[in-house]
Amino acid sequence: MVGSENLSFIGSLALIFISAAFTDNVLLARFLGMCSCLGVSKKVDTSTGLGVAVIFVTASTAALNFLVYKYILIPLGLEYLRLITFIIVIAAFVQFVEMVVERFSPKLYNALGIFLPLITVNCAILGISLFMLNKPYNFVQAFFFGLGGGFGWFLAIILIGGIREKIKESALPKGLAGPGITLIIIGIMSLAFVGFSGMIKI
Amino acid sequence: MTTDLLYSMATSVIFLSSTGVVLSVILIFAEKKILNYGPCKISINEGEREYTVQGGSSLLSSLSENEIFIPSACGGRGSCAYCKVKVLEGGGMIGPVEEPFLSPEERKDNIRLSCQVKVRNDLKIEIPKELFSVKRFSGVVEAKEQLTYDIVHLKIKLLEPKEISFVSGQYMQLESEEYKGKEAVIRAYSIASTPSQTDRVDLMVRLVPNGICTTWVFEHLKARQKICLSGPYGEFKLSDTQAPIIGIAGGSGMAPIWSIVNYMIENGIEREMTYFFGALTQRDLFLVDELEEVAKKHPWFNFVPALSNEPEDSGWAGETGLITDVVAKHFPDTSQHEAYLCGSPGMINACLNVLTKGGMPEENIFYDKFA
Repeated sequence: MVGSENLSFIGSLALIFISAAFTDNVLLARFLGMCSCLGVSKKVDTSTGLGVAVIFVTASTAALNFLVYKYILIPLGLEYLRLITFIIVIAAFVQFVEMVVERFSPKLYNALGIFLPLITVNCAILGISLFMLNKPYNFVQAFFFGLGGGFGWFLAIILIGGIREKIKESALPKGLAGPGITLIIIGIMSLAFVGFSGMIKI
Repeated sequence: MTTDLLYSMATSVIFLSSTGVVLSVILIFAEKKILNYGPCKISINEGEREYTVQGGSSLLSSLSENEIFIPSACGGRGSCAYCKVKVLEGGGMIGPVEEPFLSPEERKDNIRLSCQVKVRNDLKIEIPKELFSVKRFSGVVEAKEQLTYDIVHLKIKLLEPKEISFVSGQYMQLESEEYKGKEAVIRAYSIASTPSQTDRVDLMVRLVPNGICTTWVFEHLKARQKICLSGPYGEFKLSDTQAPIIGIAGGSGMAPIWSIVNYMIENGIEREMTYFFGALTQRDLFLVDELEEVAKKHPWFNFVPALSNEPEDSGWAGETGLITDVVAKHFPDTSQHEAYLCGSPGMINACLNVLTKGGMPEENIFYDKFA
């Protein structure tokens, strides 16, 4: 009995991860985190850098904000302050992580350093922390929701980065080059992601 | 009802401000603890100078704390790429901000943007020797006088530091400010005042069409405005010999020659000198009366203005034709002379050609090329 319960818990985690990454893709289904995506997706390697940083930050801040919400905001009856509190928590957390990375891993700092401040004001991160509250998740599930959401964003931006690298060589109409064609690409890709939407319901 | 509202407003304010305070305190504390690199040693030019600084800030600002001013226009944002220095040891990896500004040769030479190199450990760097005597000045524009339709004379009084020590012929770097979407830049202008005027520098600035700094000087810079400049830079100066001098400069290139001539007068140096002032038409000439006055008073000084584009019926009695031809006409044999040139690369190259043809060894030709 206990075993099957465990299995279903793990199954729910996998489900949460997959649905957050694909059916509810934060970039392609919710259109969040668009500004940094448009800015950074010119190349695959910078896209990867930002994407990895986003995965890390969404997962940790989803967990952190879950705790802040459950153990500070609810007991104080201040749920209506969740948006602004989450922003402060995310900003402080990113600053802190930047410092730790800078001190202890210059290599990682070199690769991710300039992306971390960009993330502070990334709406995808705040969005994932806020969406998490709509579902009856526990702490571990909240973490996996954040992980999946971040992974979805990572996936979307490297796909876009790859397409943009290819498209650089093609003869585009002048007015469409740059952000114009990127927005069209994102639109077509999000149509493709609509295909995932019926797959899982949680 | 209103008390409820007041109550919830008060709790919100208290909660948010206390969260803010707590998190800031944590961050400040963490920064002190985590980002503490302790004292770091910066060794310049193989130990010629050594400074011990508190680690954690950029190399650029650590050096300027020690009164070594690496040129920088953007204030350390990594966008102007003026602050390049050679970092031999301890610079770490090239960051993503620097990457676009460094050519493959520069990478091989360990060139870095000093604003992007953080002092985290002991560093060994190399910088040009002249930077040791360079200072960054703030000054105020006392006057902006129109010399011709496209050249102004900036008279700048130094505020901080109050005094400058330089040699006639050296130049300053003027920092322009941001305007209408144009970024701040640094441009070099020769000093037109003499070293005896220690509290000021005068610059001559010619309007370059679409030039970022010169447009700023012409359209945005006003008298009484505060500006920043650094210097003195450059090796262009009067030699120690007694060889007669040929000076060739057009437009704002007159500034260092003007300074050298006035320096010679002030110090009673009576070396033979001929100054060829090349210009297109009469409206491009300036300070002609002053220079002719000098020539009248001092037998060692000759002044030859020459116009290349003057209409024949204008009544101009002076020399006409290309400045190189005029020089060759006056001095067919230049083997015993020294030449001092200031102007565009095209004009300098043409003059080099003519002077060496006349027998002047290249090491006797001194010039600053301003693009």
